[in-house]
Formats: sequence, structure tokens, C-alpha cells
Amino acid sequence: MSVESLFPRLEPLLPKVQKPIQYVGGELNSTVKDWDEATVRWALMYPDAYEVGLPNQGVQILYEILNELPETLAERTYAVWPDLEALMRSEGVPQFTVDSHRPVRAFDILGVSFATELGYTNLLTALDLAGIPLEAADRTDEDPIVLAGGHAAFNPEPIADFLDAAVLGDGEQIVIAISEVLREWKAEGSPGGRDELLMRLASSGGVYVPKFYDVEYHPDGRIKRVVPNRDGVPARVFKHTVMDLDEWPYPKKPLVPLAETVHERFSVEIFRGCTRGCRFCQAGMITRPVRERSITTIGDMVEAGIKESGFSEVGLLSLSSADHSEIADITKGLADRYEGSQIGLSLPSTRVDAFNIDLANELSRNGRRSGLTFAPEGGSERMRKVINKMVTEEDLIRTVTTAYSNGWRQVKLYFMCGLPTEEDEDVLGIADLAKKVIKAGREATGSRDIRCTVSIGGFVPKPHTPFQWAAQCDHETVDRRLRALRDALRSDKEYGRAIGYRYHDGKPSIVEGLLSRGDRRVGKVIRAVWEDGGRFDGWSEHFSFERWMAAAERALADEPVDVDWYTTRERDEHEVLPWDHLDAGLDREWLWQDWQDALNTVEVEDCRWSPCYDCGVCPTMGTEIQIGPTGRKLLPLTVI
Amino acid sequence: MRYAKRGRLRFTSHRDISRAVERAVRRAGIPVAYSAGFSPHPKISYAGAAPTGVASEAEYLEIGVSRPCDPRRVRDDLDASLPPGLDVLDVVEARDGNLADRLECSTWELRLPGADPAEAERAVKEFLAADRVEVERLTKKGMRRFDARQAVRSLAVVEDRGIPAGQETVQPCVILRMVVRHETPAVRPDDVLMGLRLVAGFAPPSPAAVTRLAQGPLDAMTGEPADPFAFDRAGGDR
Repeated sequence: MSVESLFPRLEPLLPKVQKPIQYVGGELNSTVKDWDEATVRWALMYPDAYEVGLPNQGVQILYEILNELPETLAERTYAVWPDLEALMRSEGVPQFTVDSHRPVRAFDILGVSFATELGYTNLLTALDLAGIPLEAADRTDEDPIVLAGGHAAFNPEPIADFLDAAVLGDGEQIVIAISEVLREWKAEGSPGGRDELLMRLASSGGVYVPKFYDVEYHPDGRIKRVVPNRDGVPARVFKHTVMDLDEWPYPKKPLVPLAETVHERFSVEIFRGCTRGCRFCQAGMITRPVRERSITTIGDMVEAGIKESGFSEVGLLSLSSADHSEIADITKGLADRYEGSQIGLSLPSTRVDAFNIDLANELSRNGRRSGLTFAPEGGSERMRKVINKMVTEEDLIRTVTTAYSNGWRQVKLYFMCGLPTEEDEDVLGIADLAKKVIKAGREATGSRDIRCTVSIGGFVPKPHTPFQWAAQCDHETVDRRLRALRDALRSDKEYGRAIGYRYHDGKPSIVEGLLSRGDRRVGKVIRAVWEDGGRFDGWSEHFSFERWMAAAERALADEPVDVDWYTTRERDEHEVLPWDHLDAGLDREWLWQDWQDALNTVEVEDCRWSPCYDCGVCPTMGTEIQIGPTGRKLLPLTVI
Repeated sequence: MRYAKRGRLRFTSHRDISRAVERAVRRAGIPVAYSAGFSPHPKISYAGAAPTGVASEAEYLEIGVSRPCDPRRVRDDLDASLPPGLDVLDVVEARDGNLADRLECSTWELRLPGADPAEAERAVKEFLAADRVEVERLTKKGMRRFDARQAVRSLAVVEDRGIPAGQETVQPCVILRMVVRHETPAVRPDDVLMGLRLVAGFAPPSPAAVTRLAQGPLDAMTGEPADPFAFDRAGGDR
């Protein structure tokens, strides 16, 4: 049964919407495979606007891997803006893929990548526009399997009712395994319908199917237990870890859009995972261990990626790029290779203590000087010990002095507000730090023409981190401290005008906190918000705190819990957390000990260069740290 | 360089096209010249780009190169590097003089699905009979009133001769063909459509599919745009 393109029905709507090019597809390196020749068909969604979703590395990697498989095709779909949503509803055009404009409901699997919880309402819009029932329980064999991945999928409980399945961790291998299960099941004539398919996926141990687990509650609202409700379903579901990134050099052919997007560059992930051990950082906790891509594979990927894309900037991505064991040789080798070619290099995440003069020079060799952002995260030495961000004031001053001396006139400093145990003076300490930065910069350069920008956001406790038990700071306190910091910065006559200040108010963090550590009962809140018109919650012009609070009050009226219970309440050691049956490999006792260490300002070293501290990931997952140095160098490119 | 913007790619904005061209130039290995300065930019200039949503068979740009290049090779390499729908049609080596100045007028084709041919004929007649047709358009500076009549050199209802390149929607429709001089403020095809509505109440049931067919110096004999490259080509084949 062939599926027709919706484009002829979509096309007349496009002149009436903003930035219509985002809906037409046809990106360079996009793939359109024959529908009828495939047996396994994936629609991959990034649940935000095209301009944010298209550059997403995860989606691009899985798109390419799936389309390389025989009998398998993958197309992409993104959240449509409200102007097109309204027209699609009035004209009856369903959610479509941008590759060949096929209806999303015609696919076998709708895979949705959640980098953040703020995409949940956009998932509901897409399902509804697609004609797929919002609740998994109402779906039939005619509907795709709705599968979540991405970092937010490490606690998919708030959207459990809307999902058929979720996978945790690296997607490269598990999407192939899922495709194979699906292909076999279809080849057998789809026995037992979608229930059997889900059962086959769940019993493999690598796919979480929420409906096969029952959640029981205590009368006070806490979770009593989460248990499988049928035989053959594992009690725990584990994350996936790809070992040897050199064997998975994706994306090979980066998607190059016609529309403008948030990242206009070719990105290579130079390593995955981080063991610095910052206690607030969910990404660092759930992506362990560190696995480096080798310098030579990085060189090959950059060479091919530039050739395939025509981008003029190369981003060397990771959670802390200057920590690659051969970062000096990588940046020098690439700067040598592309000398005089207008190709710039950037390191989007650079640790304060890993930045140095050589790196500064290589990054600016081709004339461009991309912005430098450092993240001390906490304003006081005590605060940084609590969060295990082992960066001293001296480190920061040394680093920014290096940057200013090497021609940067501006650095950005990132902090968080509302961290556990935080007091007003910890936040006000940021003002002192910023002034010292400017003072050191003026002394180093002999110029008053230097600036720094303090950027600060509210802290949200995340699952699978030592702070998963912590009370989130209420938004009134966060906002009060942010105002006090602003006043402290602005009132300073000597330095105030050299310091920029950007902050996000505390209210969105409360909603993010509700969605991050929520359980299945929060699904009713999400649905109520969506029904009330909630869309694009990651965009300040669309986000409404009042709408979320009103919806929570209605949806949780019959429950013994409320927003405060999910956010500003501290949990005790033995409370069953909604994600306890989902295993990132982290030992729960170690996490609790690390939480206690945080409260006692005890720091933990990185296990790459000190003995293992038993976080539990490697033995649980059968993985190991993979780092260099390899000792190899990048040779000049041969010109043919 | 003359290029076309066809089919779905008519939804590209001018900024989208300039990004795509810059990347295609790099992929194709064309030795583009860069501006000097702190943040060097490739020397590519665009002349009067068609609006977002409007297709074109006649868009023009100029690329500064740092060494002599074979125009045919540039055409082939750049065409291969641009996405299908942005198609390079013609490349010549520029001689002195400003290309943009030679683009004096455009031929536009408007396809109006579901419109009534007799009504269209009557509206065109009334429009051409008028001296001035004041229309309004929302610009960046707010609502602006201007004459849409004087810039129109010719306007006619033409017979449907099949589907233009790249168009995917096939419906019976009225086709308007017009030659419009480039003036300030620019009179766009949709301004002329609004003029037809104002003078004769002509209101097609669905949005027009607009294509620019040609651009160039206005040929007084034919009343059509002539080839803007004629001047460069007259420099002789090297």
C-alpha cells in the first residue's frame, strides 16, 4: 500500500505562514527512500521548531544510520508553529515528514528525541495533528509505536501515558536492534498485533514499555513501588552505551538546510561522556564513561563533513571539549589544515581549568574569534565545592587573563542560582568574581576596553544525579537573589559598566522541575496545559507559568500531591523515585553518598586521572573509560 | 550568473539563498574573493531578488573570484553543488558596468487557479485604461500608498500552455502575463493583483502562483526585457 505525499495539500497553505521554507524539506544530504521497498519505516521527531531541531546531532545520526539499513527508511518531522497548526487543522492536513511529506501516522515508529522536558506539549500537538490517539492505551494496530529517547527519556514517567516505549542512552545500536525486531515481527505476519511487538521489545531488556509496569502509591502520595505487571518483562531497564566511537563516525553527511537554524556549523562529537562529576549535571552522570573519538577519526570526519556541507565553521562538541586527551594536537592539526581557508574552529564547552594559551591561539588562527564562555557555575568557593565544580578563583582569573591577553575583549561567564545549600552571599559572590575578572583583564591588557557578561539561570534538580533528592529552590527566592545580584553589579562605579548581566527568571525552572522529577500523575498536568493551548514551552514568548500552575491545580485536585511536592520538597534516602526502575548504571548508594558529600562540601576527583570512586557505571554496564593519547598527529591534507 | 528558483524552493527567502550560494561556492571549490577586514565575507552580490514564495526563471547574482575561471565550468560545478530547484542557467564573465542597472524590468506570470477568464479579461482592460491605480501595501515603514499602473508596461490574459517547470499543483487556471518596470517603490505582481481588485472587483478564489520569467533592459521594440548579458557576451569569446 503506497502512501501519497501530502505536499499538494500543504503547498497552498505555505504562502500564508512565516518562514515556509522550514516545511519543504530538500536539505542537502537528506534522503528519500522508496516507501514500498522498505518494511521498517521510522518517523524521527525533534519536538521543537525546525530551526532548533534540524541541527540536532542525535536526530541526524539516527537518520543516517537508519537510512543506511536495507529495508529501512527514516524521515524527519518537527513541531509546526501555531500559524501552520491552525491552517492544518482547518484544512485537515495531518502532521507530515519534511523529507517526502508523508503522514506521520503511516509510519511504523515515531521516534521522538527529548533533549529537554519542555518539548512535551509539542509531542501532544504532533500526535493530535497526526491523528494518533494521545494516550497509548487508545492506539490501534494502525498507529505507529511512539518511542521516546534523549536525555529527558531517563525519566519518561510524566509522559508515560503518551508513550508506547522509551529507550535510554546512546541510540546508534538500539535503533538497529529495534528495526530488526520490527522487521522479523512483520515478516511473521505481525502476530499478536502491537501488544506482542511491544512485548518482544520489552523482553529484550533494552526498551522500556511503561504500560507493562504498574505504579503503586502510599496514601501520602509517595510511590510505594513500580513493578512489571506481566511475565517476561524485566524489573529494571538499562541504558545503552556505544563503545568505540571510531566505529560510529556519524554524521558523515551533515544535513544542510536552506532555512536559517540555530547552529550554522559542522559539528563533530570529539568524545562522549564526562566524569568531572559536577553534581548538578545530568548529562555528565548519565553518559558515563568517557569515550574519546580518536584524533585521526576526528580529522577524517571534519574533512568529509566540510566537503559535504560547505559549512565554514567546525564545532568540536562534547560536554567539556578541552578535556580531550589530545585537544592540543586536534586544534593545532585542524588549524594547520585549514589555514587561510576561512574555516573557523569553535569549542562550545570549555572548562575554565582546561583552557590555555595554545588553545586560544589555535582557535583564533584563522582570523575569527568566536565567543568564549566559561562556566564557574557557583559564585563562591563553598558553592563550587557543594556542586563539585572543582574550579578555583585563581583558575578563573588565570584563564580570563589568558583570553584577554590574546585579543579577546569579551568573555561570558555562566552561573546557576538556587543550588542546594545556597545563601544570598553565594550569589552576591558572583559580583565580586566578575569585578576581579575585569580588574585582571584591565591589568593584563592595559586597556579599559574589555567586558564580561554574567549569564545566570535557575538550577533544576535532575533524575540520576546526586541532587535528585534535593529541594528545588522556590522561584521567589531565585528571583530575589537574581535582583540582588543585578543591583550589586550595576551599582559598582568602577566596574559596573564593563559587566553585562543576563538572567532567566525562576518561574520556568519550576515547571522544568515538575517535568524533570515528576511521575505518571504529572501526565494529567501536561495534557491539561496542552488542551488549554500550551505550545513551545521552551520559548519565553509562548511559555505561560500561570497556565501551568492553573492546570496543575485542576489536574492534581484529587491527588495528595501538588507542584511544591514535586519541586521544592526534599526526598529522603529511601523514598522510591519515579525513575528508580530505569538504570543509568549509577549505583544508588554512591549517588546518595555523593549527595551527603555535597552537603559536607567534600569534593570528588575525576576518575580519568585518579582512582575509580565506584559510581557503579562501568561494572554495571560492562563498559570502560576509552581515552588517548594515541600519539598520532593530523597530517596536512593532500590536494588532488 | 543567471539562476532559477523553482518549485518548492520558491519558498526560500533572500537570506536562505545567500547562505545556500555561499556554501555551494565552497563545496564547488570556486575561488571566491573575500572582503578584507576583521570578519571577511565572500564577494557575492545579488540583484533584485524575487520575494519569498515567488518562483523565478531569471534571478541574477555576481561572484567576485580571485583568479580567472571558465564560466562554463563555474556554471556546471555550482549547479551540481546547489540543491535541485536552485538551478544555475547561465554564467558569463562580467565586463565593466553595473549588472543591477541593466535589470530595468521583469516579465511575470501569475497563475490564478479557479479564477474566471472573462472576469480577468474585463479587469485587465479596466486596469490598462486607467492612468493611475493607487494601491496599498504594508512595508517595513508601515502602510504605504503608491501607483501600480505606470510601472506596468504590458498586461494580458494568456492561454494556458501547460505546466511551468517545477510547479506541482495542477488545476485549471487563468494566467496573467505582465512586463513591469523596476521603479521605486517597486511594483510587485501582487500589487497589480490588488489593482485589478480595486478597479474591477477581480478577486481570484486562491493565492496566485507567481513566476518571474525574465529580467533585463527594456527593449523598446518588443516591450520585453532583453538579455542583460548581451553586453558582457559582446566582449567576445575568450
